[in-house]
Amino acid sequence: MADPLRAAVAIAGVGEAGIGIAPEGSTPLDLIGEATAVALDDAGLATTDVDALFTASAYYGMPNLNVGEYLGIRPRFSDSTNLGGASFLSHVGHAAAAIVSGLAEVALIVYGSTQRSDGGRLKSVAESFPDEQLYAPRYPVTQYALAAARHMHEFGTTREQLAAVAVAARDWGRLNPAAFARDPLTVDDVLSSRMLSAPLTVRDCCLVTDGAGALVVTSAERARGLRGAGGGAIFVLGFGEAHWHRSISQMPDLTVTAATDSGARAYAMAGVGPGDVDVLELYDAFTINPILFLEDLGFCGKGEGGPFVAEGRTSPGGTHPVNTNGGGLSYCHPGMYGIFTLIEATRQLRGEAGDRQVPGAEIALAHGNGAVLSAQSTVILGTDAAA
Amino acid sequence: MTLTPQQHAAAAREAGHVAYQHCERCGARTAYLRVVCPVCGSTDLTFHHSAGRGVVYSTTTLHSREGARDVSLVDLDEGVRVMGTVVGVDPDAVRIGAAVQGRLDDGGDEPRVVFTLEADG
Repeated sequence: MADPLRAAVAIAGVGEAGIGIAPEGSTPLDLIGEATAVALDDAGLATTDVDALFTASAYYGMPNLNVGEYLGIRPRFSDSTNLGGASFLSHVGHAAAAIVSGLAEVALIVYGSTQRSDGGRLKSVAESFPDEQLYAPRYPVTQYALAAARHMHEFGTTREQLAAVAVAARDWGRLNPAAFARDPLTVDDVLSSRMLSAPLTVRDCCLVTDGAGALVVTSAERARGLRGAGGGAIFVLGFGEAHWHRSISQMPDLTVTAATDSGARAYAMAGVGPGDVDVLELYDAFTINPILFLEDLGFCGKGEGGPFVAEGRTSPGGTHPVNTNGGGLSYCHPGMYGIFTLIEATRQLRGEAGDRQVPGAEIALAHGNGAVLSAQSTVILGTDAAA
Repeated sequence: MTLTPQQHAAAAREAGHVAYQHCERCGARTAYLRVVCPVCGSTDLTFHHSAGRGVVYSTTTLHSREGARDVSLVDLDEGVRVMGTVVGVDPDAVRIGAAVQGRLDDGGDEPRVVFTLEADG
């Protein structure tokens, strides 16, 4: 029997603002407001229709209150689940649960940051890890470097294969006029860039940009009847979330993430498997991430992710298009990137992705990662035909 | 006097040791000391000091204006993993699988355990 949450809700609108470098003087709330206005227009709805609000932030301790106040939204359902960059994929699942249970009708999921304009420092909630801070890891690149080094040790993954992830992202970004980084990039460029935390150079790390994204989620029935500016409803076929640790020393195996659980849950709900997915948006804060997620989400075997990418399978024209907007490595990365995986997946399924369009894409997988490979959230989206 | 988990950990560090907890119900061990067992939920825990011997589970050389230094995860013989740093050697020479021995480093702001490579490691 089909899961009652399968295709019960849809993304009815998407919006972005301030991608790259925001207009001077913008606050995160200004960008959130602009992205929200775009997404609601896309859906054919207004702020007065929104009765459920989802956000997460490194700027505001109680972000739903700031965002609700700014937008004039008085939600009856409010959720600020903060799983780092994975938050917004989890919000989709939580919104579906709220809508299906009758606690809400129209959900706004929104995020914004002016991290680049603020000087590029990673905003993060003050938190101490007493067992780790004595060794002053540079959060979070050191933690990801430790995962990459272990993957190289166990499976023979190479720095060139890691670099191929950044090159594939750039090749996609070069097809996207809105991408922040569009200069040509080669494997040698990545390898010869400044080493931050071996084996990761600065080009193995995501961008630091401004930006905001917004999604409007409502029931599948209501979404089908909307007449917005956008290209139609995209259905949430399945979702799953999982987290196992917070600090890297507590991650049981640095080569296996909780995406094994989140992905299995999402596939089970959607009634599809990796072979059914046409386009993948995998949170690429660092080049090791898509390699781990390709493996943990079943697109290749454990340890095969490096060659998989280096063979060009995830690049433009490849069998498994990954991060078609350019990803966090080339499109944008305003502190948390998760919401942009959903926006790009929606655009691909609507067929409105321009030069980077994956022809005939019907099913997309968006995957978010939070903190230090800590939180994993997976959302599988489909067109009306796939729903 | 009953010490809190973090007080246990700090007291061990001052003596140059890594503390770990052992669950008397399920046998699970962790060096992240807490009041419940993260495997079975028991509060019947005992606290111990590791002998400091282990192997490098993963390693990175962190580069900064102050130079290059090692940050490693070390699997101690008692079955727990900790973050640490391997000293006394070029950080790029630290290899996964290398045998290491912990010792007190009281030259910084706070006492901590650092690791050196075993002679034949």
